[in-house]
Amino acid sequence: MSTPYAKLPAWADYGLIPLINLSVAFIVAGFVVMLVGENPFRAAVILVEGAFGKGTGIAFTLFYATTFIFTGLSVAVAAHCSLFNIGTEGQAYIGGLGIALVCLSLDSVLPWWVIFPIAIVAAAVFGAAWGFIPAYLQAKRGSHIVITTIMFNFIAASVMVYLLVGPLKPAGSQAPQTRNFLAGAELPKLNWIIELFGAKIRSAPLNICFLLALVMAFLVWLLIWRTRLGYEMRTYGHSPKAARYAGISETRIIITAMMISGALAGMMALNPVMGDQHNVAIDFVSGAGYVGIAVALMGRLHPVGIVLAAILFGMLYQGGAELAFEMPAISRDMIVIIQGLVILFAGALEHMFRPYIQALFASVSPKSVGMQAVNGKGA
Amino acid sequence: MAQAAIELIGINKSFGAVRANRDINLEVARGTIHGIVGENGAGKSTLMSILYGFYQADSGEIRVGGKPVSINTSNDAIALGIGMVHQHFMLVDNFTVLENVILGAENDALLKSSIAKARSELDRLEREYGLEVDPDAVIEELPVGLQQRVEILKALYRGAEILILDEPTGVLTPAEADHLFRILKQLKDQGKTIVLITHKLREIMAITDTVSVMRQGTMVATRVTKETTVGELAELMVGRRVLLRVEKGQSEAGAIRLSVKNLTVKDSRGVTMVDNVSFDVRGGEIVGIAGVAGNGQSELLEAISGIRHAVSGEVMLEGKPIDLTGKADPGELRDRGLAHVPEDRHHVGLVLAFEENENSILGYHDDERYLKGPFLDIDAIMADAKDKIEKYDIRPGNPRLKTANFSGGNQQKIVLAREMEQDPGVLIVGQPTRGVDVGAIEFIHKRLIAMRDQGKAVLVVSVELDEIRSLSDRILVMFAGRVVGERGPDATEGELGLLMAGVEHQEAAE
Ligand SMILES: Nc1ncnc2c1ncn2[C@@H]1O[C@H](COP(=O)(O)OP(=O)(O)OP(=O)(O)O)[C@@H](O)[C@H]1O
Ligand SMILES: [Mg+2]
Repeated sequence: MSTPYAKLPAWADYGLIPLINLSVAFIVAGFVVMLVGENPFRAAVILVEGAFGKGTGIAFTLFYATTFIFTGLSVAVAAHCSLFNIGTEGQAYIGGLGIALVCLSLDSVLPWWVIFPIAIVAAAVFGAAWGFIPAYLQAKRGSHIVITTIMFNFIAASVMVYLLVGPLKPAGSQAPQTRNFLAGAELPKLNWIIELFGAKIRSAPLNICFLLALVMAFLVWLLIWRTRLGYEMRTYGHSPKAARYAGISETRIIITAMMISGALAGMMALNPVMGDQHNVAIDFVSGAGYVGIAVALMGRLHPVGIVLAAILFGMLYQGGAELAFEMPAISRDMIVIIQGLVILFAGALEHMFRPYIQALFASVSPKSVGMQAVNGKGA
Repeated sequence: MAQAAIELIGINKSFGAVRANRDINLEVARGTIHGIVGENGAGKSTLMSILYGFYQADSGEIRVGGKPVSINTSNDAIALGIGMVHQHFMLVDNFTVLENVILGAENDALLKSSIAKARSELDRLEREYGLEVDPDAVIEELPVGLQQRVEILKALYRGAEILILDEPTGVLTPAEADHLFRILKQLKDQGKTIVLITHKLREIMAITDTVSVMRQGTMVATRVTKETTVGELAELMVGRRVLLRVEKGQSEAGAIRLSVKNLTVKDSRGVTMVDNVSFDVRGGEIVGIAGVAGNGQSELLEAISGIRHAVSGEVMLEGKPIDLTGKADPGELRDRGLAHVPEDRHHVGLVLAFEENENSILGYHDDERYLKGPFLDIDAIMADAKDKIEKYDIRPGNPRLKTANFSGGNQQKIVLAREMEQDPGVLIVGQPTRGVDVGAIEFIHKRLIAMRDQGKAVLVVSVELDEIRSLSDRILVMFAGRVVGERGPDATEGELGLLMAGVEHQEAAE
């Protein structure tokens, strides 16, 4: 009942602490940039300008963010049920398979607005199916979900390699990927929205999946905090014993949560596959599933936080690419280091500064601490 | 008066709108045992948490040994010689006693000299205060009474001169409690100062030198224990006269509503916990199960309520059998009119991280009253929660408050309100008043008796003999998994005590 540290007001909890964590990540990253002999301030400017400076940059940032919203939501849904789904990567990959099957067979006969809903369902179903197996093994056999989902990432990768160099590859092609989709399976771009604000856009992949991602974020919020199923998932997530007492079936809730998580992961594939590449290529997920873990943690498992964290990571991807281009001393790998630092400070070391800030709050204004405890939402 | 070990002067502490402590003054003389009593939510734990550095007071002064001090963390408190034994133990379950004792006080990386030093120091403490525990035993294998001793050892090892105990006997068997009190007396004789929070006024009378009463955040009185009575204390706490034993009429037992035949239950390690138990509970009666904790009562309740599988036997609910193989999920039994107040409210009966209103539907969350299709009907849930808060006087009356922030007794009321308000045919209750204040005990007992009078079947398991005797129409005594005797409500404490100790049982076996 007595927590060792008093509670912080919500604005500090959700605003101040992430901000401090981020700043520290960037300061440390700055030192790394200095080590390779570049000016960290100029690097920061290039990074931010690359991500938000021009219309094209913004569009790219949001395109990457879309991907991370899906994977972040996927991880968060499972986490609310205290399941650590590391398999988002593989579920997204297999989701891409579902999309490929739909698009390859229908793109010549149907328009995009008919194919899109079908592809959404296919992506979700394939992703959910890939989440189902580890869930079943966890629920029925007690095989730890962390281990099995990691294994399933490898299996997904192998299956996709087999399919993309074999059955799905057009005859005579050298590239391990499907044929390019026809216009019927290409999603409309959203660049005009950014152009509305006067920015110029060359070609950028931002597409309507971004809106779909926002809708899914809202639906996930609805699911977790407003539905009976979400209530059951949270109950199990907080206390399996209480869930048993409440008559919530462990098997059912684990499998359901993992399938929803897998479905969200699968839907991630829509963005690069139908929105950008117009084909399914080897390794198109390229780590977005793992980024989803960081996004979900940083967003405190709340959809609003996840959208914000996804945009941050989108920025790191896009701005980082610019940075690698502008500053030759900074290689792609350096960008990965910076991303790693953000994950380290904002995710893994999330609580590092908390005690100090709490002590500070307690000494500056003891009353503010605990104030919010009364109406703080158990998010 | 002897020199004061602790003085609290004008302490204030608010949590949002809740004023947990207002202008509290308290002085505890060195080398005495000082009791603190008060209703649930009166602010006792908060006050002690301030003294122990868990919370900071909004205003006020703390003096230790006459000197003003500032206590911002538990480490400050420990440095000042203050130790605390929490109601919920803070031990590492899979560490040994020794490892737990030195945790946080280790002073070299390899632990070698720490361990050697701790071992001899523990040895000394154990001998000095009669605190025997095997230093190499693993915590999770120790009974609660011994775990508590480890908590005390931990505090003493860190040089505590002032020891705070928050409801230490809530989880103890009577024999364990007696032993604890012998230890406390010994500590006092050695000059230590002890602050004891408890709801059991008998314990206050038996062991304290002085006692303070808190009510709704204020300190309403301090008395020399010898000069006060249980009745006066109860009245000071609640602000009105309290019935320490609720009146009840003759029971009018009706048809059998719950029937248990030859029930056998094993725990996860395969040890038989409930051994061939049979009994009936009729509508209109309260059957109490007495026994020292750990004699199978918990497993019995869990099996009946569908949480735990049974090995063999038959349980009939309202004349229809319950599937005991674990298929009967608790939700289905609820639909059939079985309500269950579990012993362990923190991990089973409640989700502490939830808001109060969310907990007020736990287990009934699939009831259409609280749903609109697949969605939770938040308005209905809130209205329902407010209703229960009012009926059961749950404080603070805020359904949005996180459940962990309610005091222990109020948490219990949240569970009771939820289960009783469903109007079940059969109610089974584990430890109905553990950690609950006298006023609330009276209230809960009245409710249970009212349910009985409406013709419901009530099964109560409690380790409090007083409670069993004042509530039950029939008393069953469990020992080593068996029902070893049945007595009427007028059975004497001594008689039940012998049964609980298995005396008669062993004689019969010979
Ligand atoms: N962290 C917190 N946030 C908000 N309110 C709190 C918090 N801790 C305690 N409270 C409130 O402060 C009041 C005093 O609580 P406290 O735990 O001190 O009571 P108590 O006297 O120990 O009760 P009990 O006998 O039931 O343990 C209660 O109304 C409680 O709900
Ligand atoms: Mg308390």
